Amino acid sequence: MTDSAPLPRSFQEIILRLQAYWGAKGCAVLQPYDMEVGAGTFHPATTLRALGPNAWAAAYVQPSRRPTDGRYGENPNRLQHYYQYQVIIKPSPPDLQDLYLGSLRAIGLDPMLHDIRFVEDDWESPTLGAWGLGWEVWCDGMEVSQFTYFQQVGGHDCRPVSGELTYGLERLAMYVLGIDHVMEMPFNDPQSPIPLTYGDIFRQTEEEYSRHNFDGATTEMLFQHFKDAEAECERLLAFDPEDPKAAKSIVMAHPAYDQCIKASHLFNLLDARGVISVTERQAYIGRVRALAKKCADAFVTTAAGGGAGGGAVA
Amino acid sequence: MPDLLIELFSEEIPARMQAKAAADLKRLVTDGLVEAGLTYASAGAFSTPRRLVLSVEELTAESRPVREERKGPRTDAPAAALEGFLRSTGLTKDQLEVRDDKKAQVYFAVVEKPGRKADAIVAEVLEGVIRNFPWPKSMRWGAGSLRWVRPLQSILCLMVDEAGARVVPVEVDGIAAGNTTEGHRFMGAGRFAVSSFEDYRLKLSRARVVLDAAEREAQIWQAATNMAFAAGLEVVEDRGLLAEVAGLVEWPVVLMGPIGEEFMGLPAEVLQTSMKEHQKFFSVRNPKTGRIERFITVANIEAADGGAAILTGNQKVLRARLSDARFFWENDLRVAKAGMGEWAEGLRAVTFHNKLGSQAERIERIAALAREIAPLVGADAGLAEQAARVGKLDLRSAMVGEFPELQGVMGRYYALAAGMPAAVADAARDHYAPLGPSDAVPVEPVSVAVALADKIDTLTGFWAIDEKPTGSKDPFALRRAALGVIRLVLVNGVRASLAAVFAKAYPGADGADLIAFFHDRLKVFLKDQGIRHDVIDACLAMPGNDDLTLLVKRAQALQAFLASDDGTNLLQGFKRANNILSQAEAKDGVEYSFGADPKFAESDAERALFNALDVAEQAIGPAMRAEDFAAAMGAMAQLRAPIDAFFTAVQINTENQVVRRNRLNLLHRIRAICSGVADLTKVDG
Repeated sequence: MTDSAPLPRSFQEIILRLQAYWGAKGCAVLQPYDMEVGAGTFHPATTLRALGPNAWAAAYVQPSRRPTDGRYGENPNRLQHYYQYQVIIKPSPPDLQDLYLGSLRAIGLDPMLHDIRFVEDDWESPTLGAWGLGWEVWCDGMEVSQFTYFQQVGGHDCRPVSGELTYGLERLAMYVLGIDHVMEMPFNDPQSPIPLTYGDIFRQTEEEYSRHNFDGATTEMLFQHFKDAEAECERLLAFDPEDPKAAKSIVMAHPAYDQCIKASHLFNLLDARGVISVTERQAYIGRVRALAKKCADAFVTTAAGGGAGGGAVA
Repeated sequence: MPDLLIELFSEEIPARMQAKAAADLKRLVTDGLVEAGLTYASAGAFSTPRRLVLSVEELTAESRPVREERKGPRTDAPAAALEGFLRSTGLTKDQLEVRDDKKAQVYFAVVEKPGRKADAIVAEVLEGVIRNFPWPKSMRWGAGSLRWVRPLQSILCLMVDEAGARVVPVEVDGIAAGNTTEGHRFMGAGRFAVSSFEDYRLKLSRARVVLDAAEREAQIWQAATNMAFAAGLEVVEDRGLLAEVAGLVEWPVVLMGPIGEEFMGLPAEVLQTSMKEHQKFFSVRNPKTGRIERFITVANIEAADGGAAILTGNQKVLRARLSDARFFWENDLRVAKAGMGEWAEGLRAVTFHNKLGSQAERIERIAALAREIAPLVGADAGLAEQAARVGKLDLRSAMVGEFPELQGVMGRYYALAAGMPAAVADAARDHYAPLGPSDAVPVEPVSVAVALADKIDTLTGFWAIDEKPTGSKDPFALRRAALGVIRLVLVNGVRASLAAVFAKAYPGADGADLIAFFHDRLKVFLKDQGIRHDVIDACLAMPGNDDLTLLVKRAQALQAFLASDDGTNLLQGFKRANNILSQAEAKDGVEYSFGADPKFAESDAERALFNALDVAEQAIGPAMRAEDFAAAMGAMAQLRAPIDAFFTAVQINTENQVVRRNRLNLLHRIRAICSGVADLTKVDG
């Protein structure tokens, strides 16, 4: 009866199967972005590439940090550092739901045996000035993915529209593997010569970062870094597009966006340290959003963004 | 005559939008068809998570031909006038007719519109409806520009008559209508063609789709109640949840599972709310103990293992959710048992409204006001004050932070845990009530005092800072608060002057204006209860109209009185007397309130009226003092016959000025007596 793959045995096997699946479906399998981000959406492969007319298809794992979610490794499913699996395809293909369901089969979830549902959930990222409509996907009452058709990013209408899939990898894997506490989840194959659990790898770092995020990080420094990142982002974008050395237009959209990502993560750290009041919160989010918008404005002038400006894309 | 079948097949439509979307589809398409000159016998609309469906029966095959005549300019009018007419009709000069019209010759345009085939009309109407559909929120997808609630995948549009079924040629943004659809996402077997609505419905059900949401609801409810009953339990009814769940599945499969024993200590409301909000589960209760012991979930699939994996998964998710809830509950109980001081302190930092201060300040005001109101509702002032002080502390609890709809409910549990008296705990739960027009009204005196104080503080506060509701804008739900006060007062028969209570509440509110606002709300409320608008106006014009209980008692008595024959006739008599008197007063520039003297009476009818008025006055006076409006009006009714007889026998405006004045003064007595009960000039008829 079943048309799904055999059950995987480890966290990494789930990741590898997703990589293989989406690779086979034609996505460029990218690597994580090398900066601290709060979610896979922040990767420029999603945020920036969702803008402009150029077709795009990418899939990648993105380590994500949410400093306020730290629980010293004790909570069965809350972590300050976790992994998201992200798929973005532009324009969204007509069979994206079927492609997605195929990925669940690939990791051993049989839709004939489980109750898979698409439940209304509109997605919004106030820091990225982005929103879209879609669903959270439920498997037996548990949210296993977010499925979004991007309508706007960085204040720009998305034309064409990107389809974005985000899998919370730990939660999904715990479900597939039947694990109750994330730290007990096999990271590699339990039959390996050296079997490692998620806890073997991350329990200590969860403790260390929880202490760091809540008590250790120097807030004066974080405030200063936030200001620096904000200023640097704006400075980079204020450059004349024409680069005299290269004798062509080079808009520094990506380096500026790196600063926006930095500012966002610094804000999250400050929030975890409890030094941002309710009223200030909105103001900080607004400042990050302003940066994201400026980066989006810059990106759409570049070749990758479909603009006339400089860039290496044909 | 052909039948029409339309299916708009899409990715999952949000459950909350489905019913309205189906109704909109029906309305917009049938309106469009009728406007284009077609008629039909009946139409039905249906929705599932993936489709909106419209079936129209016995549509006319083509629209009626229409002949339209338009009158144009005179033949001798300037050329520009003719040009304009030609432009607007789309005709050429030689297509116009020239007719004699009065003294001139005038151009006439005669446009014959032949009947159009229904297929062409349907195609046009459907495309328009799809492109302009009133979704509350819509989106684009892929590279297209069409907007729909989620990507629209296919259109089925069929005309079915004796000759068979034919596809109506519609194409919207590259989606061409066809005669095929698909069934259940997982249990259906690919696309299939259909040839009529009956065929469609039958094949859908074979492909595991129940088309009608009402049928899905009925199936779910029946299976759920049977399952619970078999286990000696009962399902907690929740219509909203039932409708939502029916909008999440095309083929409902009901499953029941246990709730871990370790969560049985949680309040039933917490279990119920957590299960409903997070997982859309129904709660299953033990009727003997009232405990929630199991959950019911509705899956969208008939799983090969009978749903075992689905239930296991759902239980696991539930366990995680309830662990959170238990964590909140245990932490909250600790704070509650320590006297809730932590929460009281916390509310100092929470702004209620930037011009009305913090929640803590608001609570202080409500406590002081509850103390004042307590004696008016038979409550102990100390208890009312205490209840007001603790009633809102649960706003700081972790549980209410997670589930705001549990405010008050948790307040009661925490007040009990803190060792407060039952009346105080109940008031913590009940003082928000009544929230809606059908919500139960508190009747326990302490709850009533706090409920009134809470709402009146809000109303006077927002009145003082001039944030009154305007038009459809009522962001602070002040209309609801006023209606709440009205119902609290009436249900409990509270006797109080609102003006006096307002004076003790938030300072600086325009009490007269606020009372006028109350009167408007009261009119709406009483109208719903069948009390006439003019009857209310007649009572509002009387003194003491800010005592709502008295006001309504008067209105009810007047309504009943006017419904009787005596009442209607007396009203006529009063109006006649009043009109004659008012006219005479206006004409003579005096007020005839001098006291009529029976010695100037000329006829028996006149003398009889004097007697009747004496008798009535003697009865009405004490009745009014006892606020027995029914008795007063009953006594008034006795005047009907003498007044009628008087008007039949007597001419008021006679030559004899003494007699005339005396009769006018007599009319004044009628007016005075009647006006003491209500302002009858405001009553229609």
